[in-house]
Amino acid sequence: MTITGRSGRDIRDDIAAGRVSATEVCRAVLARSAALNPNLNAFNLIAAERALAQATDVDRRRAAGATLGPLAGVPIAVKDNLCVRDMRTTASSKILEHYAPPYTATAVERLEAAGAVIIGKTNCDEFAMGSSTENSAFGAVRNPWALDRTPGGSSGGSAVAVAAQCTPIALGSDTGGSIRQPASFCGVFGLKPTYGRVSRYGLLAFASSLDQIGPFTRTVADAALTLGVIAGGDPHDSTSSSTAVPDYIAGLTGDIRGLRVGVPRAFVSEGVEAAIRHAFDAALDTLRSLGATLIDIDLPHARYAVPVYYLVCTAEASSNLARYDGVRYGYRAASAPEHGLQEMYSRTRDEGFGAEVKRRIVLGTYVLSAGYYDAFYLKALQVRTLMRRDYDAAFERVDLVAMPTSPIPPFKLGDKADDPLQMYLADIFTVSANLVGLPGMSIPCGFDGSLPLGFQLLGRPFDEPTVLRAADAFERVTDWHRRAPELDTN
Amino acid sequence: MSTPLSTADVERVAALAQLELTDAEKQLFTRQIADVLHYVAQIQALDTTGVPATAHVHAAQHEREDQPVPSLPISTAVAEAPDAAPEAGLFRVPRVIGG
Repeated sequence: MTITGRSGRDIRDDIAAGRVSATEVCRAVLARSAALNPNLNAFNLIAAERALAQATDVDRRRAAGATLGPLAGVPIAVKDNLCVRDMRTTASSKILEHYAPPYTATAVERLEAAGAVIIGKTNCDEFAMGSSTENSAFGAVRNPWALDRTPGGSSGGSAVAVAAQCTPIALGSDTGGSIRQPASFCGVFGLKPTYGRVSRYGLLAFASSLDQIGPFTRTVADAALTLGVIAGGDPHDSTSSSTAVPDYIAGLTGDIRGLRVGVPRAFVSEGVEAAIRHAFDAALDTLRSLGATLIDIDLPHARYAVPVYYLVCTAEASSNLARYDGVRYGYRAASAPEHGLQEMYSRTRDEGFGAEVKRRIVLGTYVLSAGYYDAFYLKALQVRTLMRRDYDAAFERVDLVAMPTSPIPPFKLGDKADDPLQMYLADIFTVSANLVGLPGMSIPCGFDGSLPLGFQLLGRPFDEPTVLRAADAFERVTDWHRRAPELDTN
Repeated sequence: MSTPLSTADVERVAALAQLELTDAEKQLFTRQIADVLHYVAQIQALDTTGVPATAHVHAAQHEREDQPVPSLPISTAVAEAPDAAPEAGLFRVPRVIGG
């Protein structure tokens, strides 16, 4: 297998054993990324010089006999809403087009401390708001399996970078499915950890009670490896949890006999396209054949997930995005001095934000405004409690909950771009995990023609080990994740 | 509560959010946001009497002593401002009062 097709763990082991140098690996992934990016638009920035310096450092440390970290020499791409010191970090927004932050996100800092080589910043929906990566100020990302289709979103660039073998691992962020849905659309693994498992420090905030950082990978072991590095408490994020970080790799035993997997039959029976329903049913059969017990469960409030999610996330976004005002960083609109501060603010925000971001700010401000707060925002938070109770009750009876990741396969670019509500409705299966704070992983489970399909497993809070163990057992007996799109690098 | 959304509502809310919208944006957003509000209003049929609100899940309680610790130098913190004066530790904004 070529270097770029290998897993992060294999690359690390090859480097440690001297079978390949970190510099050779780095050159290979940079060359592939540069060759493919004009077609895929997965990267906003390829940081070749910095990456090669990091790789050289790994080789020098190995030559000197120094201890190497668990990701030494492993190339990793990070979503462009994660701050890396002095590296352009835009959230795919015009308002941050030239922003180079003075600090690095904790998750990225931990990757680098573990020896990872950061190869670049991946394209995404502006401020992670979208499900197709069409809301980027720098153009849509293309699905490597069908260039006229969306890779999903909002972390579409990270999903594509991994699927197209530009990098074995990429970080994304998931506020309502933004890791899991693009993972399913691109045929790779995508893990959203429990809320609080990974520090959000340095993640440009979209909805603070929902955002969580996690990895895209081509193997479950790589997801376990990456999570083990980035997880853990952080004094810079008061919502991060100091719950002990288990050895996620050691938990990958392949044995899921007796595991109870809940299936919310009523919830997943409506509006799911046939190809996905068949692939999901086959995935359940596979889990059963591995010794898991399937148990029907009821999540009576799951059907309200999209309304609750779009009320909560827009409310939080309207507050979080108030900071972009042309004063302390980012874009400032030209305005005549006599027009004063207010006009500078409002022009900067109109010119700097794209349509979807503005739409969400207006909606979020509306549902928080006097006269509407109780009926919309507060009501949504109450229904969020009912959703939590549904999952609490389900997890009394089961260890995991299974459902499709998306009700539809990757759709054509432009298909939903003019109809925000239709785009939102496709998030039906992913948003619950964020509202309730559960870990969830999308797992490749089939194809609709040439288009990848995925299903997801949700676990109890902080029970990533069980999610990963089941995903790993599934991976051992299936080969969907081994397929790669055919791409022309010439 | 399915109050129809008017363009005037969108203008009012946009002003609260310090957003200057074009006329075309106002028209488009009024229609699109009205669609979304109509859809999300379905939660209002649920009885939530006595149900507490969940603003945050597994909210860890991290409190620490209010002690000064090293932070970014001021000149670095203001360096990314569109109209920065890092050597003075300041950034400039258009006139706020007077004229």
